[in-house]
Amino acid sequence: MADIMMWEAIMRAHDEEMANDPMVIAMGEDIGVVGGTYKATMGLYDKYGEQRVIDTPISENGYTGLGIGASFLGVRPIIEIMSVNFAWLAMDQIFNTAAKVRYMSGGQLQAPVVIRSPGGTAHQLGSQHSARMEKVFMGVAGLRVVTPSNPRQAYGLLKSAVRCNDPVFINEHELMYNMRGDVSEEEYFHPLEGSEVAREGKDVTLFGYNISVHWCLKAAGLLSKHHGIEAEVVDLFALSPLDREGIRNSVSKTHRAVIVEEAEPAVGVGAEVMAIINEECFFELDAAPVRVSALNVPIPYNHAMEKAALPDENDVVQAVRNMFGI
Amino acid sequence: MKDTDKKRVLREMLFARRFEERCYEAYVERNIGGFLHLYPGEEACAFGVLEAAKPGHDYVITSYRDHVHAIKSGSDPKKVMAELFAKETGVSKGRGGSMHIFDVANRFMGGYALVGGPFPLAAGIAKGIQMQGGDEICICFLGDAANNQGTFHESLNMAKIWNLPVLYVCENNLYGIGTRIDRSTAVIDQYKRVSGYNIPSAQEDGQDFDLVYKAANKAIKHVRAGKGPYFLELMTYRYRGHSMSDSNAYRAKTEERMWSGRDPVIMLRDRLIESGALTLDEYKEMDTAILDEIEDEVIRYAAESPEPHMSEVEKFVLAENDPWVKGGVQ
Repeated sequence: MADIMMWEAIMRAHDEEMANDPMVIAMGEDIGVVGGTYKATMGLYDKYGEQRVIDTPISENGYTGLGIGASFLGVRPIIEIMSVNFAWLAMDQIFNTAAKVRYMSGGQLQAPVVIRSPGGTAHQLGSQHSARMEKVFMGVAGLRVVTPSNPRQAYGLLKSAVRCNDPVFINEHELMYNMRGDVSEEEYFHPLEGSEVAREGKDVTLFGYNISVHWCLKAAGLLSKHHGIEAEVVDLFALSPLDREGIRNSVSKTHRAVIVEEAEPAVGVGAEVMAIINEECFFELDAAPVRVSALNVPIPYNHAMEKAALPDENDVVQAVRNMFGI
Repeated sequence: MKDTDKKRVLREMLFARRFEERCYEAYVERNIGGFLHLYPGEEACAFGVLEAAKPGHDYVITSYRDHVHAIKSGSDPKKVMAELFAKETGVSKGRGGSMHIFDVANRFMGGYALVGGPFPLAAGIAKGIQMQGGDEICICFLGDAANNQGTFHESLNMAKIWNLPVLYVCENNLYGIGTRIDRSTAVIDQYKRVSGYNIPSAQEDGQDFDLVYKAANKAIKHVRAGKGPYFLELMTYRYRGHSMSDSNAYRAKTEERMWSGRDPVIMLRDRLIESGALTLDEYKEMDTAILDEIEDEVIRYAAESPEPHMSEVEKFVLAENDPWVKGGVQ
């Protein structure tokens, strides 16, 4: 085991996959000479050259489409979109081409691209650099969506995403690149479907993904310490498709569910998980499921307002206390 | 080009004309659904360029007005018509339709319905060719109105800085759906817009097969030699509306008559008659044989083919049994 940071894990996955297959390329803004805004491609330009580690112009729809077109010929592009807010500009190519080309060609073409992008709200980056867009990507057939909560997942998810024949969107987080964690020194491929139980519990399930897993874990600690409630934390590292079986299993065990998302509530992960609970195990419930979400506002610049707009572990604790009437 | 080859091309162009006209009828008969964009009037563009290229070897990508480009790339017209009839035997197994003809075995990389969408895809295919080291090129056919999309500028810029083997062919038919080019576009001559990206470009009469063929040869020679992208603008005209739902009321009859007086099929025909390589009777026989072939083989095949199985409606969304979804074989 190596204790490394998230960016190092992502860089290592790039490096191994590029060494393994000459058709794997990396592309994005400032990923080459600079090594990436978050260092996720540090050193690769010198190692693999400018034909395979490509500094793109600031043309998100253009270079995303270019990567998709190259993937038709067997190239395996790992496309970094510097901030998920800029991915809006590439939605045409991601949704209209990558997600649909296998289907509308009757299975003749596929677009095995990986699109990595940090979403989430960092510190006072303002409305146009604080988007949480995972719910947008989740709603489209033909696209896989995964989101790592730790370096092990970040490494293994990218490895599998590169080799998978589907387009995969990896939702990273601006605040998590320096997060440390153990990653196996042996090569590891993380499944692109499923969920992980990050903490065993029996009284309530806290569903989280990406950064909200950490709020859930902190909340579970507080709930155990102060209220004697043992919360199970389920890490939904795969957002599309969501793990129906994992959701059902945990709710059938705890009979209570809280879904914690950094995004606005409407049409989001919480709404979708609740729908799955309804469909899969409604009669297992002892209480109505609850979601803990951001306020439905563009993210403000003012730091106190920014914090007020976002949930944290205290909001999760409060939601569970409300559920238990304590 | 020899007259015998030109006669072959004439037959192919006339076949394309009759194929498209028959699509019109099939649409009225409700055998074809959805949107249908037809190519009559523009034939010399696809045939002039692809005659100079290596269809089946070079990659071709285009917009929703795609039937003829696919057929010239090597697609079986029966399977193209079967696609329009939404049949399992269609090139895209009835999942694509008129706007999404795909025939990857013939390197026809598809028809796409977002105006300007193929610009970056073509550059990406060219990147793939560059990485594989082959002598193929990618040819991207799009209309003039697509040049008002951001993807036009983004893709030309990338194609130039990375020296990609892509030929962009602009079929300038003077209208973006129903809006005339001078009402939508600051610069009418599209080839001039490309100079901002330091890409060589040319403009040619898109109604004259011989001129298109000559211009395309020059363009393709440049791209295949590894000298990077090229932009060829062909001035042309579509006889019908943008799609079947377009009443075509926005164009003056005098303008339409002017262009139909320069019909690409008739121009090539008359040139061959003038040179003594063809007689009018031969041409009429050719036309009759084509009409029979379309009716007896193409339409019949499409009409008699089976529909896709409804049990397969969720097939082709994602890869089947991809081991990496489970984290590979460990």
